[in-house]
Amino acid sequence: MRAITARRRPAAGYGVILLALLVAGLCYGTITGIGSASAAARSVGSGPLTAEGKSIFNQQCASCHGLFAQGVQDTAPSLIGVGSAAVDFQVSTGRMPAKEPAAEQPRKPITFTPRMIRAVSAYIASLGGGPATPSAAEVNPSGANAGLGQQLFVASCAQCHNFVGAGGALTYGKYAPPLTKSTPRQIFEAMLTGPEAMPVFNNTTITPQEKRDIIAYITRTRTEPNPGGFSLGRVGPVTEGIVAFVGLMLFMVLASMWITAKHRKTHD
Amino acid sequence: MTDPTAGHQGGDHERDGDPSAGPEPRDGAEEPREPRYRVIGTPSPAAARTMLAAPHPGTPGGPPEPRPRELPAEPDDPARAKRAERIVAACFLIAFLAGLGFIAAYVIFPVHSIQRVVNSNLALGLTLSLVFLGLAAGAVFWVRNVMPWVVLTEARKPLRSSEEDRAAFQETFQQGTEASQFVKRPLLRRTLIAATVPVAVAPILLLRDLGPLPRKTLDHTVWRDGMRLLNYGINRPIRPADFSSPGGMITVVPDGFQDDFNALAKAACIIIKFGPNQLEFTSKSSPVDGKVVENWTVDNIVAYSKICTHVGCPAALYEQTTHHILCPCHQSTFDATRGAKVIFGPATRALPQLPMTVDAQGFLVAKHDFTEPVGPSFWERGPST
Repeated sequence: MRAITARRRPAAGYGVILLALLVAGLCYGTITGIGSASAAARSVGSGPLTAEGKSIFNQQCASCHGLFAQGVQDTAPSLIGVGSAAVDFQVSTGRMPAKEPAAEQPRKPITFTPRMIRAVSAYIASLGGGPATPSAAEVNPSGANAGLGQQLFVASCAQCHNFVGAGGALTYGKYAPPLTKSTPRQIFEAMLTGPEAMPVFNNTTITPQEKRDIIAYITRTRTEPNPGGFSLGRVGPVTEGIVAFVGLMLFMVLASMWITAKHRKTHD
Repeated sequence: MTDPTAGHQGGDHERDGDPSAGPEPRDGAEEPREPRYRVIGTPSPAAARTMLAAPHPGTPGGPPEPRPRELPAEPDDPARAKRAERIVAACFLIAFLAGLGFIAAYVIFPVHSIQRVVNSNLALGLTLSLVFLGLAAGAVFWVRNVMPWVVLTEARKPLRSSEEDRAAFQETFQQGTEASQFVKRPLLRRTLIAATVPVAVAPILLLRDLGPLPRKTLDHTVWRDGMRLLNYGINRPIRPADFSSPGGMITVVPDGFQDDFNALAKAACIIIKFGPNQLEFTSKSSPVDGKVVENWTVDNIVAYSKICTHVGCPAALYEQTTHHILCPCHQSTFDATRGAKVIFGPATRALPQLPMTVDAQGFLVAKHDFTEPVGPSFWERGPST
């Protein structure tokens, strides 16, 4: 091994560092954890809950959405008429309360307790209109037709979310998030309410049963094995090509540098 | 042709008997037990004879002159070579063990399910890689550290054959031509040429398979007056009252063609539902570029071709906040509120709009086919419009 360190090619040193960086990056990128199911809210409650929700809203949400949830121009949308399903989706995925305005709010750890989510949902629902938070039975995909779900997913969802729900880029910094951590309830609510840039798929266009079929497909893809070994983010052949090209090319370049490197002078 | 560099060292450059006689007659004096005939192209059984003149002069029948030694037999640094020897041996030992492992993996791992094939492939691939890696690394260590380090320069040989070889070839060719009587017998010559001409022309004829030309088939789709729009996947007709949430977007296909992928390749559409006053269509001219913009919407629902006008990818990444339709292939972006006008990317034309109306049962139907060809440009389409 002394021959490697003693060789007079500084480029090889950079090559080794590059290789190490590449390996580290790939390891990081390919590790995909299965997120714990976030606690979902129950159905909208009664009067006291609504009052509690208003109080929480005033403390946590009103700075952006306005004191009466009417929205603030260029900062936050009006929440009047969005319904409790939208609130439950945004807060249970940790997107709200947002840290700062951005092109897209990322999924974050939840800061609200389930009761707080129910309370704020009840308050927003009391402002009128909008789809209600679905019941547990309404979002349960057991017994649903994952085959039809795949057809619907490919027709309406895969263009943004990728064939196995790995997500993808949109315009101007927006993106379709991966669906790997979404609970059935969150998927249902997202279709129903169209969070951020996502189109709305209301219950008369895609019926609740068809939504459950889609949920069944999405949850099913998570347990599909990766016959190739590494999933590489499951975003398709491009990553596999890049890994093969960059990794193997780098290996071959380093190998040929080693083979053809100048011989260390023998000290006589 | 004979390689000029392939002369037999120390060989006799005396030519064999009469080359035009085909089978090589031997005088039998030197090697009486050699067969009288040999197949053309096989080496001469006589070590002292060559087909053609050898360029290297040598003592006839004698050994080549010894050349000065270029590669020393001993390494530069014996201690270093000793260390390297162990490394090389270790590499080869790894390759040996990995080779045994490959055989073992082949025997041990069953392959009658996908997961088992995965395991088997992993084991086979890893062991085989180790075999080759061990061999290659050992060879490189061997060359670099055990062998003496010298720089050898070998002059490039001239590409042109020697005059002797050229003359010999010409003679052989001339005599072969005469022996074949190709010139003397026109019947043979002409029928041979006739026999090869059709086969030679055939590849040109096969170019016909690049066709037929599309003619007018790219100018229209299967959409017809009164044809219902089906929600793709479920294949259910759509009422504007059901597709009622602003921000909604769905892929639609023509009724009766939901399983005809050739038809869908041109006819697939997306419909988008807008809120009141979001669409900026006017039936007159657009405030943007002065062009007339169609308005075939129904109840703030508009239908656009799903086929990108750049190279025909499905452009269906709709953002309900910005009303952008994004094509994932090359990021062409269309503004859905203004007739799917191109606002970014390589596409040059807006997505064609499907004229829509409602039938007697209240379902969305096409008013007629697209008024322009959908999808990317093609030769017969003419100038971009």
